[in-house]
Amino acid sequence: MTEKLSNAQIAWRAAQDIEDEAYVNLGIGFPEMVAKFQPPGRQAIFHTENGILNFGESPAAGEEDWDLINAGKKAVTLKPGAAFFNHADSFAMVRGGHLDVAILGAYEVAENGDLANWSTGPKGIPAVGGAMDLVHGAKRVAVITDHVTKDGRPKLVKHCTLPLTGLACVTRVYTSLAVIDIEGGRFVLREKLPGLSLEQLQAVTGAELVIAGTVADLVAPEVS
Amino acid sequence: MDKTVADLAAAVAGIEDGMVLMIGGFGGAGAPIELIHALIDRFKATGSPKNLTVVNNNAGNGRIGIAAMIDAGMVAKMICSFPRSADPRAFTEKYLAGEIALEVVPQGTLAERIRAGGAGIPAFYTPTSFGTDLAKGKPVAEFEGRPYVQERWLKADVALLKAELADTQGNLTYRKAARNFSPLMAAAAAVTVVQATKVVEPGGIDPEAVITPGIFVTRVVEVADARQEEALMREGAAYA
Repeated sequence: MTEKLSNAQIAWRAAQDIEDEAYVNLGIGFPEMVAKFQPPGRQAIFHTENGILNFGESPAAGEEDWDLINAGKKAVTLKPGAAFFNHADSFAMVRGGHLDVAILGAYEVAENGDLANWSTGPKGIPAVGGAMDLVHGAKRVAVITDHVTKDGRPKLVKHCTLPLTGLACVTRVYTSLAVIDIEGGRFVLREKLPGLSLEQLQAVTGAELVIAGTVADLVAPEVS
Repeated sequence: MDKTVADLAAAVAGIEDGMVLMIGGFGGAGAPIELIHALIDRFKATGSPKNLTVVNNNAGNGRIGIAAMIDAGMVAKMICSFPRSADPRAFTEKYLAGEIALEVVPQGTLAERIRAGGAGIPAFYTPTSFGTDLAKGKPVAEFEGRPYVQERWLKADVALLKAELADTQGNLTYRKAARNFSPLMAAAAAVTVVQATKVVEPGGIDPEAVITPGIFVTRVVEVADARQEEALMREGAAYA
């Protein structure tokens, strides 16, 4: 593998698909980075599970108000038009189909849209947070992830081997090598790095990549 | 009607061994630190309450609040969605030693179970967790062609909550995202104990601004100099 997108570039690519005024939940950690890369002129409204709509960036160090945090327990700020609400209302927004997009991380995504992103197996202490709720209800559930694991195994697979977060829930995957839709229980390739052949991409993907229409070049600017 | 009590010790009176306790807060936001520490004081003086089941989103952080309750040996079981934190040592040590039980519940399901408990709804169906390990053994039913998992209400003997404003009749407001689970827990507990940063007379809160109506609140204590759990954590505080 000669090159791949950085995490920031994957987040940038995912951000290009978020419409103006969309209601969006970004998972804790890597997905939070997507907020930085909204195209000029678009303003998504970000939801956080602990009970805020329309929160903004982190405050400067020393300016934190620890009653004003996101689901990752990081200090945030408010934008004009922000709202607070209780946890039941917050998850009504999630499960009730009111969010336009949820963007999550993944350990594994299966070709039928199954997602595993909450547990690496029986070792350690189970902790699920809102992961299992977030995969249900948003109109689009997208995943951002490296295309392969740290030791080079495919993260896009025929069947997940790790404990599932949700069944047939993912609609699009943005990876370090490609953009792939999940349609009819198949991985449909939409974009790939221009320097990468289809054979090279297929070799690091654990299930068949279907070509349906044009495969565009996946090109992201240098961002960080 | 006057639901105020004189001090923290009076506020946490009547909490007995084996009770189920809901404790408000998400991370440090909304954690009723002073009520928790008053309960720890009573345990240290009398050996009770112990064998508690604690319901909270997390399972304690550092050496204060719920983590200090766990360290003191008061907690037999945690019901939470995410038993990890910046410093989860207290829970982790007890869990790995087999000294504390854990029921891990998806966060939205936890909120809805508490809401249902307060609303008199014994069970409900949710898409969350269908087909996963956390749905094992639970009834499943299909509605409009999609499968849903049955979940049961969650109720408590006592809720410990932190509010910003309370009036003497128990009407509450909260501060920013410190609200989180507290309005749900207030309704789901038989006895709801609130520490408020300021207590006002009836009429002192605009009825349009009341978040938790006083009918859900049993006792109110004013803690004017209430600390924020995350701020305390960052000072390296320990309660022992």
